[in-house]
Amino acid sequence: MAPVPGGSYAAFYPVKGEAPQPVAPFWLDLQPVTNAEFLAFVREHERWRRSRVPRLFAEAAYLSSWAGDLELGPDAEPAQPVTFVSWFAASAYCKSVGKRLPTEAEWELAANPASDDPLALDEIARRTLAFYARPRGKLPRAGDTPPNAHGLHDLHGVIWEWVADWNASLALADNRQDRDPENDAFCGGAAAGASDPESYATFMRFAFRGSLEATYALHHLGFRCARSTPP
Amino acid sequence: MIEAQLGVAPQPAPPVNRAHAAKVIVKLEVREVVKELADKVQYMFWTFGGNVPGPMIRVRKGDTVELHLMNHPDNAMPHNIDLHAVTGPGGGAASTFTAPGHQTQFTFTALNEGVYIYHCATAPVGMHIANGMYGLIVVEPESGYTVVDREYYVVQSEFYTHGAFREPGLQPFDMQRAINEDPAYVVFNGRDGALIGDRALPANVGEKVRLFLGNGGPNLISSFHVIGEIFDNVFPEGGTVANHQVQTTVIPAGGSAIVEFALQVPGTFILVDHSIFRAFNKGALGMLKVSGPENKQIYSGLEVDEVYLAERSAKATEALKGSKDGGDSLEARMARGKAVYMGTCSTCHQLEGQGLASVFPPLAKSDFLMADKQRSIHTVLAGLQGPVEVNGQTYNNVMPPLANFTDHEIADVLSFVRNSFGNQGEAVNDAEVAAVRAELKQPAAAGHP
Repeated sequence: MAPVPGGSYAAFYPVKGEAPQPVAPFWLDLQPVTNAEFLAFVREHERWRRSRVPRLFAEAAYLSSWAGDLELGPDAEPAQPVTFVSWFAASAYCKSVGKRLPTEAEWELAANPASDDPLALDEIARRTLAFYARPRGKLPRAGDTPPNAHGLHDLHGVIWEWVADWNASLALADNRQDRDPENDAFCGGAAAGASDPESYATFMRFAFRGSLEATYALHHLGFRCARSTPP
Repeated sequence: MIEAQLGVAPQPAPPVNRAHAAKVIVKLEVREVVKELADKVQYMFWTFGGNVPGPMIRVRKGDTVELHLMNHPDNAMPHNIDLHAVTGPGGGAASTFTAPGHQTQFTFTALNEGVYIYHCATAPVGMHIANGMYGLIVVEPESGYTVVDREYYVVQSEFYTHGAFREPGLQPFDMQRAINEDPAYVVFNGRDGALIGDRALPANVGEKVRLFLGNGGPNLISSFHVIGEIFDNVFPEGGTVANHQVQTTVIPAGGSAIVEFALQVPGTFILVDHSIFRAFNKGALGMLKVSGPENKQIYSGLEVDEVYLAERSAKATEALKGSKDGGDSLEARMARGKAVYMGTCSTCHQLEGQGLASVFPPLAKSDFLMADKQRSIHTVLAGLQGPVEVNGQTYNNVMPPLANFTDHEIADVLSFVRNSFGNQGEAVNDAEVAAVRAELKQPAAAGHP
């Protein structure tokens, strides 16, 4: 894990009159949780095995890239980030190792280190977009991409990641309506309402989170864990 | 309950052909897929159904449409759909926000007839559209459209890549170019060359053709024209009021049109966006290849192709007046030769034989010309290339062979130049020319055009 200094997080879709929220310093995993780590978890916690988990906590595609309950198989290398895991499963994993999921504010702060260097910000955008422009190939091994200013790997352009409060930005399903001021109640604010309308990489991340339900287990969605105190 | 038959561009969905409203099931699958945008150029397209444009949906006014949207599990992005034919929030977008590996459904009544764009409306909306997520839904009037012989489905749109037009490789989307409305590609049916060559749209003389046209944008308006044809009927913006006898019609971004025209003559008729640099430099060019019998009355084809002398023709005509074949006297030859000179040689050697400085050598008081009579005959018959020195200046240009002139004509013109423009020398006769021609093994001339 690496320490991430606290700061002030300005919501991407701010509610009218919402001030940036303070974020206390925290610790974040250097890389996403891997297949090998998740395998150790389900070995010990039977209720989270693929054939045992209730549909209430994970949809049918849960761990569908694995060969079996306790068998990774050729499509899930031990060192690759685990995907096809629901929010419930991710939360349970983090709890089992004395951690928790990061909040959206924590994740966004960690992933977008404050920087005067426009090139650094451009690089984030470039990596994110290259991810969406590439044909869907194999997942790289966790930790393979260069670390950012906080020493964290794989935050952009590898997989989407669960956060604890992914429902915090309630972008409406029709993302063009979000600029309607009547939608304060929905915390909406696409395009003109977003704090940085040209950060379309961020738009994609927020749109993706807005499409999720807690039971979803998706091909390109994994997670990493956080702690409020040093590990 | 009817399962809709979708049309994959350029083929339309078939006419509805139904006298009553019905419940119609429409299933659209979103696929993010790398395909060719141009030869050797790849792009990650976000598509309805794996193609750009998405399939044509065709229903009847009053139909109840149950729309299923599937987002393939391998996709990275959530997607939804806004159909301009829908009356309701987001045109359906509010009810179809779909994560990868999931599907959604909503139902609407097609209250209005017309030709409507549909597109994805997930943030960032401009990017989803720019990557190819659009198509047409046609809502036929209750009585349907008049029957025509051929229908096609064509959608214009732009692509914004980092690289230049036709720069090879996998090209990423360029958001800044999209904001600047500066596309690298403006194309029909999702790629450069989609309707060219062996992908051209076929048709026959005598047929009535209808084009269902869409403009997915995301930014530009189209000025749609078919070169060599006039639209007998246009339904601007896909509405119900017909216009007639139209050359070029506007298709708004996020809009449509229907054009109809009858084919009277064969040939290749080019579909363009008449903002013309888009057609020639960005790919907004397609072909309709029409086969069948010619009709020379309507279009004759090339009838005449000959020399045009412009202001030189006056001198030539004047010279011709004196050039009735009056025998082989020097006077007669001079008169005829002048006509030939003014009509042909003066183009380069100019009206007073002065030539063009450093380009074409003079004939006036020319040492090169007068020094060798045989050489001058040879030059007219075989042409001359490479450096020559004339009156102390070097010239290095190409004189074409003029062997299509008869021996008689060449003798005349050489006699003329050798006794004009300050020159004085022997005339040339037909036999001398014939002798050089034989040496050169040239066939007899047909005479000049």
